[in-house]
Amino acid sequence: MNRARENSWLILIGIVGAIFLIGAPQVLELFTIINLTTAIAMALLALSLGLVWGFGGILCFGQSTFFGIGAYAYVVAAINFGGTSWAVVVAILVAAAFAAVLGYFMFYGRVSDVYLGVITLTVSLIFYNLMRRTSGPEYKIGDALLGGFNGINAPPLNVPGNASWILFPEDVFYVAMAALIIGYFGCVWLVRSHFGRVAVAIRENELRAELVGYDVRLQKLLLFAVGGGIAGTAGVLFANGVGRVTPDVFNLYNAALIIIWVIVGGRGTLIGPVLGAFGLFYLISSLGQQTSINNNLVLGVILVVFVLLVPKGIVPTVIDLWDRKRGRRGQFRRHGRRQRRRGSRTAETRHEG
Amino acid sequence: MDLYIALALQIVYGIANLVLISLGLAIIFGMMRVINLAHGEFLMLGGYTVVISTNAGLNIWLAMLILAPLVVGIIGVIVERVMIRFLYGRMVDTLLATWGLSLVLIGLVTTIFGAQTATTISPPIGAIQIGDFTSSGYELFLIGVTIILSILAYCALKYTRIGLIARGTMQGAEIASALGVSTSRTYAITFGVGAAVSGLAGGLLAPITGVLPSIGATYIAKAFITVISGGTAILAGTLSASTLLGGVNSVLSYLTGPTIGEVGLLVVAIVLLRLMPQGITARLFRRSL
Repeated sequence: MNRARENSWLILIGIVGAIFLIGAPQVLELFTIINLTTAIAMALLALSLGLVWGFGGILCFGQSTFFGIGAYAYVVAAINFGGTSWAVVVAILVAAAFAAVLGYFMFYGRVSDVYLGVITLTVSLIFYNLMRRTSGPEYKIGDALLGGFNGINAPPLNVPGNASWILFPEDVFYVAMAALIIGYFGCVWLVRSHFGRVAVAIRENELRAELVGYDVRLQKLLLFAVGGGIAGTAGVLFANGVGRVTPDVFNLYNAALIIIWVIVGGRGTLIGPVLGAFGLFYLISSLGQQTSINNNLVLGVILVVFVLLVPKGIVPTVIDLWDRKRGRRGQFRRHGRRQRRRGSRTAETRHEG
Repeated sequence: MDLYIALALQIVYGIANLVLISLGLAIIFGMMRVINLAHGEFLMLGGYTVVISTNAGLNIWLAMLILAPLVVGIIGVIVERVMIRFLYGRMVDTLLATWGLSLVLIGLVTTIFGAQTATTISPPIGAIQIGDFTSSGYELFLIGVTIILSILAYCALKYTRIGLIARGTMQGAEIASALGVSTSRTYAITFGVGAAVSGLAGGLLAPITGVLPSIGATYIAKAFITVISGGTAILAGTLSASTLLGGVNSVLSYLTGPTIGEVGLLVVAIVLLRLMPQGITARLFRRSL
């Protein structure tokens, strides 16, 4: 996509987002608004993986780790501080810092991408097992009991600096939607910056980027930490939307969901994962009302079908079809893209062999 | 003295348990460089096979040692033919597709048998006495099975014609196929054998853990960590990584409780991967199986 067309799309996305931000609470019922807050948290989480995986080429299967850590850190800090003003900051920083520490071991150990996926997933599952066991009264951080399987109640957000002025669910929706819009355009800015272009260069050919003189390990580490921070923010919003944080945030089902959003929406775009998250959230909520078809079954089939038949995801596929319809110019560009993909694939096989 | 014997037994069991749940995954990964994210569900299916056939009146030993590996092995071959073979050389896509498969299997089993624990079966061997301590006889039996299984795998790879073909395909698929080996059949058989070993492990563990559709998740974290820490050598990798991680886990669990034990296992594995990113067998025991 060329820059001018991309810009006009961005303006459209901004307008739609703003209309949604202002309009939704006026039109929809409170129950739907609270549900939407959770969906927005999920979309922000999808965005974080879309950034890390789609643009950095970092195959993180455990983005739920940073999401869960953000949620838990927020709740624990809010209970200990008696207000949420600093808890939000603490949550984001803790999530980003944990991503940085984990990233240090993986990127500086030069763990290859498939291993990286499995390690991140394993970390998330270990957190799941760990938090489930914290039910006794001895497991507490400051004043906050971790609560084991049942989790902890999340204190609602308050206006920064005034712990007694607690936000209503509608207000939390505004905060969440604003966070998503800011997060989205922040990611667009990051991807277009020098930093983002280097990240894409590393994704396309790590060896070449390194020979050109970039510190691949540090670049990946920083991008991973940013992704962790965004996922942590999503965790804070999720804790507010649901009102409770349980070990389930770390479980395998959640980890799979995030991957499926990004696969379905499309890697290499930022709006794809966001739309994927909203779409699948809607699908699962409607599936939740009946019992004959199991959620896991539906998600599994969606994942297999997309990997085998629509590997690029919906948004890039739609863009390709659009280009093909528009004639030669699109064809020319697509040809170039295909060549580049072939090039990177041979590089991959060489690397593995 | 008795305490030390009981403790040593506990550590050995911790190691054997890791070997048992990881071996099927290690066979598939070592031979085919495919990380099977549905590994936990293969274990789960093995468990269900045992529980259901035992409740239907089959002898529990037959169910555990023969039926479970057979059923899951056949499922493995079907999965390889229908899905995996289209994805060779695309590691990331294989990971994602097997993850999808894992969700499908959880969904199917939940739909058929319900989300709760199926009727449990009790271990067929009771407790045994070591001085003042009692130890589980069934755990001793599992240690024995793990040892026999490892020896069998070693002999099969080292001394049989099929093992030779498998090792040849593992080292150079193109050369093997140029010499007349049907690599696609070798892959299908390997995947089936890996699945069968997983099924056996799942069946053997079913009396201890019970079966749930989502029980796979409790195994796979440990299995993945073990296989990746071990590297691509199937036996040497699994055994060395299990000894290290299982030892750390058992000792820490004994000293402080299971929560810290699990964290210790993870921390050791991550530090290990920083030191040896390709796993233990890329640095030590390099020419082993």
